[in-house]
Amino acid sequence: MQNYSLFSLAKNAFTGHRNWQKAWRSPPLKDEYDVIIIGAGGHGLATAYYLASEYGITNVAVLERGWLGGGNVARNTVTVRSNYLRDQSIPFYVKSVSLYEGLTKNLNFNMMHSKRTMVDVVHNYPKMRDLRRRQLTMDIYGSSYEQISTEQVRKLIPALTGGGANSRLPIIGGMVHKDAGVNRHDAVAWGYARAADSLGVEMHQQTGVKSLIRGTNGNIEGVDTVKGIVKAKKVIVSVSGHTTTLTETAGLRLPLRTMNLTAFVSEPIKPLVDVIVNCSDLGFYFSQSDKGELVIGGAPDSGQSFRRDIKQHVFEDTVGAMLELFPAFKKLKLLRQWGGHLDITPDASPIMDETSVSGLYVSAGWWGGYKAIPAGGLTMAHQVATNSPHPLMADFSFNRFKNLDYILETGTTTAR
Amino acid sequence: MLLINCPFCKNRNETEFVYGGPVGVNRPDPNISSDTEWVEYLTLVPNPTGPVQEYWWHARGCGKWFAITRNTVTHDILETQDGQ
Repeated sequence: MQNYSLFSLAKNAFTGHRNWQKAWRSPPLKDEYDVIIIGAGGHGLATAYYLASEYGITNVAVLERGWLGGGNVARNTVTVRSNYLRDQSIPFYVKSVSLYEGLTKNLNFNMMHSKRTMVDVVHNYPKMRDLRRRQLTMDIYGSSYEQISTEQVRKLIPALTGGGANSRLPIIGGMVHKDAGVNRHDAVAWGYARAADSLGVEMHQQTGVKSLIRGTNGNIEGVDTVKGIVKAKKVIVSVSGHTTTLTETAGLRLPLRTMNLTAFVSEPIKPLVDVIVNCSDLGFYFSQSDKGELVIGGAPDSGQSFRRDIKQHVFEDTVGAMLELFPAFKKLKLLRQWGGHLDITPDASPIMDETSVSGLYVSAGWWGGYKAIPAGGLTMAHQVATNSPHPLMADFSFNRFKNLDYILETGTTTAR
Repeated sequence: MLLINCPFCKNRNETEFVYGGPVGVNRPDPNISSDTEWVEYLTLVPNPTGPVQEYWWHARGCGKWFAITRNTVTHDILETQDGQ
């Protein structure tokens, strides 16, 4: 792997940037691998990297229908945080946040990680009590959460001029989560892909998987792709919204349903808000990107959806809520909108487990899977390599549904 | 935005309705069903890239509950079933 540094940048500048190596190879597809990962998104690529780097399994192929990093890893709001609710969730996300913070160095790729704090703006006392309860649980696991006054909220976010005493929903205070940050989604996908490739993992773009193939003993045997059949004893499905579409081809039914979550960005403006603002009572959150655009997220559409656009009324609800607190944003033009697929489980927590088909693993059910990429990849690699679940993910199993042992998680950004 | 054909009010804007979840299988008798059947009833819903049947409630209208069949990719509403 060509090392990226100030020196290599200067050296290549002198030769007109014509001698940069490709970030990853494009080898021909083999007939068989030890492990096949379906989906070159954040979780797929992170799993590939940790399989190779932590567990020495390098005969791995990542198969991608479209292009690398073009799915949900590019269709989110790049918020990295660990202010979750449950004992099972918090340590997992704490690990993920700490892995993210070391990623630039470990992958030799600039993640542009900006640890900029998240501020929850709170409008009612039950919500405040709920968040303070969350703070006590988070304290146990080393995640930071702290209550602040309305005055402190306004000091941290000077642009917040609405929500006064005479408004429809006056602000009563806030919570500060200092571990939160944002980074660059392309860098996460490309950094993991480049590092995994240097360890021998193969990336195969434009290689859509049509179906999963089971052997006569019922175990997974490989996949049928648009480029022919590829064999493997272990197959990991990390395709987000289309998980059930694929696992149905192996005769499996999983407790997932697919929904579409709204996000959009404004035109770029000068630096105005340097924290991530979350307002779950009104139902919106945003941060300002390095380019100056406001990256705004809203609520999911009602009902199942495999679309990737957003609905006008969901968009209007989100903008209306934002303007209550930030009336000055009224004149902003909005540049782009996108939806991302969520495959939601009955308890809104993810599933990372081997299915009842031996050798077939799924990493699914992510609502806010972007922040979970490093820990999700690491723990899935552990399970595949050692045939035993990683302690951080052991609870996110299929068995929890069988035992009615749900991890009811409302720690999502706009969940009310 | 969906234009939902309420059996009573006819075509109305989606914002007047509340989504009521996918239409699942009928509730099995807990006295005779196995644990597996019961868990499947509680957790499994159809998740097709195509038509799916779902409940809607005309909460900000006539208050009627009914089911529609909607395509999850195109959002075309193929059929409306008058509920009880």
